[in-house]
Amino acid sequence: MSALLEVDSLSKRYPVTRRGLFRARQYSEIRAVHNVSFRIEAGETLGLVGESGCGKTTTARAILNLVEPSEGVVRFQGRDIVPLFKENDRTKVLQVRRSLQYVFQDPWLSLNPRWTIGETLKEPLRVHRPEAPETWGARVEELLRMVGLEPHHAWRYPHEFSGGQRQRVGIARALAIEPRLLILDEPVSSLDVSVRAQILNLLVELQDRLGLTYLYISHDLSSVRFISTHVAVMYLGKLVEIGQVDALFTRPRHHYTRALLSAIPMPQPGAANTRIVLQGEVPSALRRPSGCPFHPRCAAALPVCAEREPLLTAAAGDDHRMACHNPT
Amino acid sequence: MLSTLASAADPTPMAAPKPLIEVQDLKVHFFTRDGVVRAVDGVDYGVNPGETLGIVGESGSGKTVSSLAMLRLVPPPARTVGGRILFEGEDLLTRTPKQMAALRGRRIAMIFQNPATSLNPIYSIGAQLSEILVWHEKASRRQAEERVAELLNLVGITDPLTRLRQFPHELSGGMKQRVGIARALLCNPALVLADEPTTALDVTIQAQILELLADLQARFHMSMVLVTHDMGVVARMANRITVMYAGRVCETADAATIFSAPQHPYTRALLESMPRIDQSYSRGARQKLPTIAGRPPNLLNPPAGCRFHDRCPEAIADCRRILPVETAIAPGHTVSCIRRGSPGIAA
Ligand SMILES: Nc1ncnc2c1ncn2[C@@H]1O[C@H](COP(=O)(O)OP(=O)(O)OP(=O)(O)O)[C@@H](O)[C@H]1O
Ligand SMILES: Nc1ncnc2c1ncn2[C@@H]1O[C@H](COP(=O)(O)OP(=O)(O)O)[C@@H](O)[C@H]1O
Ligand code: SF4
Ligand SMILES: [Mg+2]
Ligand SMILES: [Mg+2]
Repeated sequence: MSALLEVDSLSKRYPVTRRGLFRARQYSEIRAVHNVSFRIEAGETLGLVGESGCGKTTTARAILNLVEPSEGVVRFQGRDIVPLFKENDRTKVLQVRRSLQYVFQDPWLSLNPRWTIGETLKEPLRVHRPEAPETWGARVEELLRMVGLEPHHAWRYPHEFSGGQRQRVGIARALAIEPRLLILDEPVSSLDVSVRAQILNLLVELQDRLGLTYLYISHDLSSVRFISTHVAVMYLGKLVEIGQVDALFTRPRHHYTRALLSAIPMPQPGAANTRIVLQGEVPSALRRPSGCPFHPRCAAALPVCAEREPLLTAAAGDDHRMACHNPT
Repeated sequence: MLSTLASAADPTPMAAPKPLIEVQDLKVHFFTRDGVVRAVDGVDYGVNPGETLGIVGESGSGKTVSSLAMLRLVPPPARTVGGRILFEGEDLLTRTPKQMAALRGRRIAMIFQNPATSLNPIYSIGAQLSEILVWHEKASRRQAEERVAELLNLVGITDPLTRLRQFPHELSGGMKQRVGIARALLCNPALVLADEPTTALDVTIQAQILELLADLQARFHMSMVLVTHDMGVVARMANRITVMYAGRVCETADAATIFSAPQHPYTRALLESMPRIDQSYSRGARQKLPTIAGRPPNLLNPPAGCRFHDRCPEAIADCRRILPVETAIAPGHTVSCIRRGSPGIAA
């Protein structure tokens, strides 16, 4: 099967200027995303996890060309889309944008407060279906029902909605033009526990009904376990492990994945025996350690780990890969 | 540890421990232009010596407001309009502002959610922490600095003498929270209130801070109130757990009971609705999470009767009319639900 989305050696660097001690300025760069490769088959969900600042959002933005990738290939339905954006070919760019949609983390910030929900949902139709304005109204109604809202909500404004309802609107807007792939960036992180489950169920239901493919970004590993078929773990801009969800959660191979999973407090008193507590801070992307970026915090680090960067290689079966010189 | 402490204080080991602090029928309302927000509306809980009470609930359930009320720090337009807060036998609500100021930070200390905003950006770490000791304990600058350095060391900050001279922005989030913990412990408080102390941190840093708190708590036999919305965090840290919903307490029991035999319909539904990292969600016929319909109520106009009734799977007609009162259903286990035998107050 060919992948719907294939990301190959994607990197994004940001230049930074710092005040140095002797010279007025020093130039360096942040490697926000470093050599990231993965593929998502149609109908699957890849969960992208990692701690704050590790590069999840930047990966998503680079895929959608909301920031220009520094290097790498983003193949969507077999075609490299990076050059399309570079050439700025409007029809082709619109075509890609139609199939690849982004749902933002914060449902507050992503909706225009002055627009009714109906206007918000019509906006993508105006751009992508300009030829048939008479269909917009019915489509808005259909979208609202699809995400569990009512047609009369079209007349309301975002401030009249709860966080969960706003997130439903965000999802409806992304679905307006029938995309193939949704990139969901922390879609439930700002929601209450009791509302979170409702949105997770909605995402599963929509995926089954519409045959959607998801890239699901989150630092909340329990929701990732629930929704994903595959999981990729990121640390300081780099993928350290990727595999099928159950394999990754039950038999993590990379030391960082193991520490990350065991750091999560289980809702079960006394379940704390085998916890690995990582020492040290998450290093800043500005001062990326040499070799394996995880080596300063890794209990299993060998001398080679400080020198050479391990590449993502097959671990157990061709589906499971990790980047470690001394795997468990 | 709890039992040894209780028996040390009381020669009859079977007697229920006497709470260090007891909140009784606490009411804190916000007097806003739109009306009265009943943020905390008749809340009871107590903390025994040496134990950690976890308070859990969704956002807006009144966790922060009720814990601020214990320090008499509710922000305007809020006012504490009812109840008692018994600390070491005396009602804090009847104390003078001066008496409260002498108590805060000394007998009862607080650890805040956001380590970045809870430290003063314009003073060095050493200056702002020493200040507390100079104020409360009339310590000399020198003694104060020594004690601060000792505490920074205790909370796992290496090279404390250098850190003393640094400013908050020079520290990472995890380190700032360690400083926040050191500050809370400066005067050996009897009670520490920690409001979402790890919510702003990454999980691997959260694990470090939780380990530190658990270790310090056991070492100094402090009592702690740990406010959080994270069921995993309370399971890891708390001896007993109070579950709040819409400004009221649903259920209080020891931690094991809350997770293995919860009685209140809200506690049950909340636990069931959370996906778990140790469970496989089969791919074939995809599983759905059990959900709680609707969303938490607006406290300007809370539902009559049980505040959970419009979302409750077990609600009966009476639930719309009768406000359930917390009732013991087993030793140390109280529930506020008329279907679990609570008496109620008719509307
Ligand atoms: N416009 C920018 N200029 C400079 N650096 C940036 C920019 N955007 C992101 N970065 C840096 O790139 C790294 C990755 O950031 P990114 O937002 O992708 O993280 P994330 O994994 O989405 O984190 P979070 O979980 O906090 O959302 C960080 O070190 C960040 O500071
Ligand atoms: N400034 C305010 N004005 C009006 N109501 C407020 C204000 N701050 C808090 N509240 C009310 O108090 C309730 C409890 O808030 P809080 O204790 O902060 O909740 P929690 O800590 O459980 O998330 C909220 O539901 C809200 O309705
Ligand atoms: S009192 Fe009624 S509505 Fe409230 S929790 Fe019990 S059964 Fe549900
Ligand atoms: Mg992000
Ligand atoms: Mg709070």
